[in-house]
Amino acid sequence: MWDYTDKVREHFLNPKNVGEIPDADAVGEVGSLACGDALKLYLKLDDKKERIVDAKFQTFGCASAIASSSALTEMIKGKTLDEALKITNQDIADFLGGLPEEKMHCSVMGQEALEVAIAKYRGGPIPGHEHVQPEMTGEVVCKCFGITDEFLKKVIRENRLHSAEQVTHFTKAGGGCGGCIPQINALIAEVMGEQPKEEQKKPGKLSNLRKMQLIQEILENEVRPLLWADGGDLELIDIAGSTVQIAFRKACAGCISSGHTAKFVEQKLREAVADDIRVEEVEG
Amino acid sequence: MKEIYLDNNATTRVDDAVFEEMRPYFCELYGNPSSMHFFGGQVQRKIDEARNRTASLLGAHPEEIIFTSCGTESNNTAIRSALEAFPERRHIITTRVEHPAVLTPCRNLSKKGYRVTELSVDGEGRLDLDELRKVIDEDTAIVSVMYANNETGVVFPVEEVGAVVKEKGVLFHTDAVQAVGKIPLNMADSTVDMLSLSGHKLHAPKGIGALYVRKGTPFRPFLVGGHQERSRRAGTENTAGIIALGKASELAGQYLEDENTRVKAMRDRLESEILRLIPNVRVNGGGTLRLPNTCSVAFEYVEGEAILLLLSEKGICASSGSACTSGSLEPSHVLRAMGVPFTCAHGSIRFSLSRFTTDEEIDAVIRELPPIIHRLRELSPFGRESLAKG
Repeated sequence: MWDYTDKVREHFLNPKNVGEIPDADAVGEVGSLACGDALKLYLKLDDKKERIVDAKFQTFGCASAIASSSALTEMIKGKTLDEALKITNQDIADFLGGLPEEKMHCSVMGQEALEVAIAKYRGGPIPGHEHVQPEMTGEVVCKCFGITDEFLKKVIRENRLHSAEQVTHFTKAGGGCGGCIPQINALIAEVMGEQPKEEQKKPGKLSNLRKMQLIQEILENEVRPLLWADGGDLELIDIAGSTVQIAFRKACAGCISSGHTAKFVEQKLREAVADDIRVEEVEG
Repeated sequence: MKEIYLDNNATTRVDDAVFEEMRPYFCELYGNPSSMHFFGGQVQRKIDEARNRTASLLGAHPEEIIFTSCGTESNNTAIRSALEAFPERRHIITTRVEHPAVLTPCRNLSKKGYRVTELSVDGEGRLDLDELRKVIDEDTAIVSVMYANNETGVVFPVEEVGAVVKEKGVLFHTDAVQAVGKIPLNMADSTVDMLSLSGHKLHAPKGIGALYVRKGTPFRPFLVGGHQERSRRAGTENTAGIIALGKASELAGQYLEDENTRVKAMRDRLESEILRLIPNVRVNGGGTLRLPNTCSVAFEYVEGEAILLLLSEKGICASSGSACTSGSLEPSHVLRAMGVPFTCAHGSIRFSLSRFTTDEEIDAVIRELPPIIHRLRELSPFGRESLAKG
């Protein structure tokens, strides 16, 4: 059963400000059908173009996504753009009397749509950002949902998140294949001002034989099970010095992300075996 | 508000006759069946009767039935038993669309060095037997393939799978939790070595399940301790639960025809009316053999949890395979494995009927559902064109 407050229920069952504003001054769009939720926010400004006089939304998503959108529009009406920009996702959640942690990403989506709308309206990017979509600046960390390190750090900082699971609940990052969870942990450590902990001690100088054994072990026990989970697989073709040749099988073969997967394998092997490992994808 | 319960693949109501059958075994006939005295002995006889009844539903011998606490325990027991019985074999074959009660133990084992192959399915949820033929080898300890899928109701050709498996002399297990009581089963003429079932899916209470183990199948117990269940499942028997499952098995046999005629007709009507009244809908697994009670429909441009909540406001209980209700963020692993497009995987709803479902209840769903979908599509920034038709 849903652990929603009465306020969430109310805003879901009777959402405020649903629809479009045909002559809107600002429109912000975030999310997609593939992500499972999306929000399109319309803002109408006063004659001086300072204050939000009307706000409407269209949302595809679960109850808390709809409620968060409704809450957001209620909260920003009458505010100046600068005042509105100060609203955080936590403010949206508080307005609704709280959201279950798994649903916090809905409030983040609301806050994002607002940022995007205002940034687009002002013409300039959000300070330091080339593109209007704030979540698209920086390096992509979560490939399943296309979420970048910049965005993750911002959410981690603002909400004082301390576990990868929390980050998933707030941003969805890590909720797909889970391959980026180590990177998320590193970002949390970075934000907390710590050095990321060395997860595995690398062995010292290895004999060639031991190195090959270790590579095989890591591939068998740590890499292939992850690929199997998504219907993929790989085969170890050869090891020559520090070059590891692999061929992708099943769903991984011909997958558009196989380049990322190869990088992931390389990173795994570098962590566990030696820094100079290079992974090469070959036909085999 | 009287509930309209169309979530029978999640759990079922206990049949009144089942409850009456088990009722005396709490406060009056509470003896331990292992005791020497008459007071325990009479419970033992009732358990024997229950075993006969459950065996009879499956076309099995009573000694082939081991009572467990649930379907999950039965599945875990079967897989672990096979691995212990053949310690030199390190390969497990299952499918991508199994229930977590099979998938999770397999994936945990894969982290412990076992090789696990998850067979894929096509867009209708069908298995490719050639893939099975390719991956099965002398290292394979067990093949575990579900009888029918809990989310879509798609029925696998278990005997065809079993024929391939037995050709290689490998143990064959099937998770039949959703199939028992809905389709006829006959273990006397089957390739299945082990079969899991769960009481609460067939109008017995929660907390009771069974594992069928064919005579002569190597078996290693999961729970060890006392000699209960002929030392194959230690722990004092859940006497009332076992007796309830026995009665529920007997009733399931009697209602099997009803399930495949009246219940199926209601399901078919619900499905065709949804397709007729609502645009941009697809039936998941609709093109293949399915359980008679299950209907999984995907509504484009809307999200499942929102549909469920609005249905719930009308007293209608259904379920979704979608992101937001299950805790994980991606659409259900079953729909993903079937390649259901993202545009509608998030908006998939499962209605699962039972013999207690009535035509009036189906009428109510047909009445309430179209405006709910329309309302959510009006809210959605996508698929505006589908509104014109709706």
